[in-house]
Amino acid sequence: MVDVASQKIDMAVDLGGIRMRNPVTVASGTFGYGQEYAGLVDVTRLGAITVKGIRLGEWAGNPLPRHVEVPGGMLNAIGLQGPGVEGFAREYMPFLRSTGVPVIVNIWGTDENEYAEVARRLSDVEGVSGLELNISCPNVKEGGNAFGTDPRTVAALVAAVRRATKLPLIPKLAPNVPDIKVFVRAAQDAGADALSMINTLPAMAIDIESKRPILANKVGGLSGSAIHPVAVKLVWEAAKVAQVPILAMGGIMGPEQAIEFMLAGAAAVAVGTANFIDPSVSLRVIDGIEAYMRRHGMGSLRELTGAVVCD
Amino acid sequence: MVDMLCEVLGHKPLTEVYWELDIAAPDIAEQARPGQFVHVRVPGLEAVSLRRPFSIFGAEGGTLKILYKNVGRGTAEMTRLSAGDRLQVIGPLGNGFPLCAEGVPVLVAGGYGVAPLFFLAGRLERKGVVLIGGRTAADILARDDFERIGWRVQVATQDGSLGTEGLVTDLLDKELAGVCAEGDAAEFFACGPEGMLRAVGERAVAAGLRGWLSLDKRMVCGVGACLACVQKLRRADGSTWIGRVCHDGPVFEAREIVW
Ligand SMILES: Cc1cc2nc3c(=O)[nH]c(=O)nc-3n(C[C@H](O)[C@H](O)[C@H](O)COP(=O)(O)OP(=O)(O)OC[C@H]3O[C@@H](n4cnc5c(N)ncnc54)[C@H](O)[C@@H]3O)c2cc1C
Ligand SMILES: Cc1cc2nc3c(=O)[nH]c(=O)nc-3n(C[C@H](O)[C@H](O)[C@H](O)COP(=O)(O)O)c2cc1C
Ligand code: FES
Repeated sequence: MVDVASQKIDMAVDLGGIRMRNPVTVASGTFGYGQEYAGLVDVTRLGAITVKGIRLGEWAGNPLPRHVEVPGGMLNAIGLQGPGVEGFAREYMPFLRSTGVPVIVNIWGTDENEYAEVARRLSDVEGVSGLELNISCPNVKEGGNAFGTDPRTVAALVAAVRRATKLPLIPKLAPNVPDIKVFVRAAQDAGADALSMINTLPAMAIDIESKRPILANKVGGLSGSAIHPVAVKLVWEAAKVAQVPILAMGGIMGPEQAIEFMLAGAAAVAVGTANFIDPSVSLRVIDGIEAYMRRHGMGSLRELTGAVVCD
Repeated sequence: MVDMLCEVLGHKPLTEVYWELDIAAPDIAEQARPGQFVHVRVPGLEAVSLRRPFSIFGAEGGTLKILYKNVGRGTAEMTRLSAGDRLQVIGPLGNGFPLCAEGVPVLVAGGYGVAPLFFLAGRLERKGVVLIGGRTAADILARDDFERIGWRVQVATQDGSLGTEGLVTDLLDKELAGVCAEGDAAEFFACGPEGMLRAVGERAVAAGLRGWLSLDKRMVCGVGACLACVQKLRRADGSTWIGRVCHDGPVFEAREIVW
């Protein structure tokens, strides 16, 4: 092994046109709009900040309860409550701009036109670095997961948004599909600059005493440790055919799971549910990846991404 | 707001199900205002377990006090804590109660709702009365603590095992009548089960008094980021909005809440 103790490690990554100074962002919906956690975490150290999903107008989301703790994680059915594009730009962008960190805006809509319109409007908002297309949310009746589980819809939607903006586009793929490779191809052929995976897995919990679903929405999305191995496999599969970088997420609780994703083929990672438990976990993940690279004599992320050894 | 590792200074059962936990948390205790809460990572639960929110029961001399009821997985695990153990705590969180009341402050507590109200009683400009309700005598907590700092205490239990038989709102109706008879004003501060809060709120509105209600919603992040704990609220102009109990609350004035 080379002497790496003093060697400079290049943690920078270009995620489909978004230049991150390290490969770690936060997962949409788990870090608000950044400012909520700014009192606890030095958010300027993040590689990027990914904000909660927004659509064109304000949206109220689902009734409560919107979450429940389950072994290995949690279910949520927040239902994409949000301020809409205008509200977001007015209320939240000033802080986000002030961080100097790339901002990835997670967007959704009930049809192709709405996605495209949201993308068009966000293209004019100073400080937005890229768009993550949420085509895989299990918690809204229209759109959401239904879009993400049909490759033709994914292709049409990505193409429509592609026509509406020059911003880097990152479709967020649904995990509950028989063959992720079909979706990877559909999205990248339609103009995706990167791919993000995985969203929560559709799930349900029932209170056995009342015999009722615990979530008011009845079903929700499973996140946290429980989904990590599922996500690793999907990222690994996707990486075989992906020609664009992959942003991986699902159950990252510390550096180890992030490194696993990168070995499987991810260029960058997002920390989700773990923020709720330990708000500074993302910073630990950044430091942990760097320490790992040092230990393994890696000078840049290119040596880490996809380095899994499958004999 | 800080996220700090705190050492347990003391921990004792108050009754069969209620416990008092004292931790060293100077940075939190110093900033803490009555009605605010802390978000606790319970040692011993799996790493992926969510934090648990608890009102601040006391915050003097760098020590933060929590009064909790053992109701489930997390609080059961907490009962095993002993002096010297450490736990990760975020706080202080939320808005808290106002500290000056118009007229007599009337505190209305159900169950562990005494926790933030006891902290409040020690900081309010004027002393008043605290009404404590519960199912049975074992649910009536902190009675002596309130008396020790010069507050009048009235108790109601549903089974009549302590104080008046009935609901805490029955006591409230009597107090209100008394205050009005003396030509004084009153302001309510309440924390407890939702049914009780609604009943207190209705009385405040009906009497044209202010009622500060501390809501108890299940939380995930505790800092306003996840939108798990929302409550529909009304502005003075009648328009409505969706607030986050952890960040915009947990204390709201009765007229703000759209039940
Ligand atoms: C602002 C605020 C202040 C609170 N102050 C106190 C206090 O001073 N003393 C006290 O004993 N309790 C207080 N609670 C309630 C306390 O948070 C719950 O009793 C506790 O989280 C239960 O955890 P558990 O694992 O034992 O129960 P479980 O039922 O096993 O918990 C499962 C999940 O539900 C959540 N949960 C369960 N019951 C409640 C509840 N009533 N409120 C909120 N979340 C709940 C838990 O946090 C956990 O995520 C407060 C709650 C809030 C929102
Ligand atoms: C409370 C909550 C809210 C979420 N909101 C969104 C959202 O608005 N848009 C989106 O694309 N994903 C959303 N997600 C999914 C996460 O971004 C992430 O894909 C998923 O939780 C898996 O990562 P994790 O296991 O690390 O949490 C949400 C997840 C949680 C737990
Ligand atoms: S608990 Fe996350 S917003 Fe209130």
